[in-house]
Amino acid sequence: MLEVRGLHVHYGGIAAVKGVDLEVASGELVCLIGANGAGKTTTLGAIAALVSPSAGEITLGGERTAGLASFQLVRRGLALVPEGRGVFGRLNVRENLEMGAYHRSDREIGHDLEKVFALMPRLQERCYQTGGTLSGGEQQMLAIGRALMSRPKLLLLDEPSMGLAPLMVQKVFETIQAVARDGVTILLVEQNARLALELAGRGYVMEGGCITLAGQSAALLADSRVREAYLGE
Amino acid sequence: MGAVNLDILLQQILNGLVLGSVYALVALGYTMVYGVLGLINFAHGEVVMIGALSTLSVSRLLHNVFPGLPGPAVLLFSTLAAIPVCMLLGYAIERVAYRPLRRAPRLAPLITAIGVSILLQNVAMVVWGRGYHSFPAYVSTEPFQFFGATMTPVQVVIIAVAIAIMAGLMVLVHRTKLGRAMRATAENQSVAGLMGVDINAIISVTFVIGSALAAVAGVMVAANYSIAHYYMGFVLGLKAFTAAVLGGIGNLGGAMAGGLLLGIIESLGAGYVGDLTGGFLGSNYQDVFAFFVLIVVLVFRPSGLMGERVAERA
Repeated sequence: MLEVRGLHVHYGGIAAVKGVDLEVASGELVCLIGANGAGKTTTLGAIAALVSPSAGEITLGGERTAGLASFQLVRRGLALVPEGRGVFGRLNVRENLEMGAYHRSDREIGHDLEKVFALMPRLQERCYQTGGTLSGGEQQMLAIGRALMSRPKLLLLDEPSMGLAPLMVQKVFETIQAVARDGVTILLVEQNARLALELAGRGYVMEGGCITLAGQSAALLADSRVREAYLGE
Repeated sequence: MGAVNLDILLQQILNGLVLGSVYALVALGYTMVYGVLGLINFAHGEVVMIGALSTLSVSRLLHNVFPGLPGPAVLLFSTLAAIPVCMLLGYAIERVAYRPLRRAPRLAPLITAIGVSILLQNVAMVVWGRGYHSFPAYVSTEPFQFFGATMTPVQVVIIAVAIAIMAGLMVLVHRTKLGRAMRATAENQSVAGLMGVDINAIISVTFVIGSALAAVAGVMVAANYSIAHYYMGFVLGLKAFTAAVLGGIGNLGGAMAGGLLLGIIESLGAGYVGDLTGGFLGSNYQDVFAFFVLIVVLVFRPSGLMGERVAERA
């Protein structure tokens, strides 16, 4: 589904990502963990064409994405829930969700809206409230629901647990699990390594712009380096 | 000063509404562009001027080719011809002057905007000459009594058309998919892109719509004052910009309210300044009020009347 080869990204003269390789197969839930500033968000940004790589190759569903803009990637099945959620604060909940289906013109948008509401009943209650008035957790749910409205083949999630109360984090992760079970391929970026590894089948560990470890989640959870650096043991 | 004469007051308010309708239409163009780009398009006033002058040219042509065509029809058709001219101009201005500077420091597009404005004035001067053109009364300017005040049919048309256009714009922005994409783009460009919105297309559409409104506004001013010239867009543009700031720049409802309010303030100011200052200042100080309002707003409420009313939580 997604293949990243030798990805480098520079901000001015500073290298944020230095030769990242990763892949996500269809139907997988893979996580990318690492400390603040490791380059995780930049990696996702490069995949979604929010930042342009200085070197490397990204293929999505077998097609190279170089030269495509964000809005064109959406039409190829990519959805990114950005760090900080990116909810449209002045649009109401329903409008936010409809924005997710912007590139679609099929008749099943209404049906998908019902599906999102079924998955997140809270959003239905707040249907006509503006996005800016929602709590952090509700906004995260809205951002995920909005991404689902595009019927993504590959869903990129950037720090969905950020700034949320533990109970809310749990809810958000349950939702992610439900989405994965529905067959959506997911690449999850998280600082909360334990939660991410418990949810994902495979994981990558990122440090200083490079992938330093990769493997099955169970193996990473058992790895002493991971335990020491990211699980606080 | 004795009791306020209600007829005169009504007259001033009506005059203000006519003026304000024009300001509102032009202010919408400023505020929409500011909403999506954070840029004050100082060339917008010139689009108004091009709208008025091209309408004038087309109407002369129409009048020569079809001498029997009634005045309102001539005005309607020539306005309909000028609208696409201005839309194309607005599109070209963004494409040529602003898009290459999208990532430049803010001062660069601002200076470019002023440059485009000067360029358009000079082009218009070459095409239409330095002189004042009298704008024929295609819609009657024969006054009639309206309660204690007098109005002209052209003024009624101006107010009615402005209201219809503003209502249409509100429907477009708040009830259509395109409008939703425009609001989303105004709020967060990169996230709108992640939703599949072609940001460049939305920005172009914004300029094109604003320019269409400007064309109509240009015809209104020319028809109301029966005059058009290459310089007419400059002060009008500044006042409409003031109206946009007064209402809260970036806010559509604010631009409409700010435009109408500014028109009424100007009209009342011009009407009563003589009485209030014992004849020391006359109604030729009309232009001062708009800029006085601008200064007061910038000092006491820089976000405007309707700006920043959205609560946003983390």
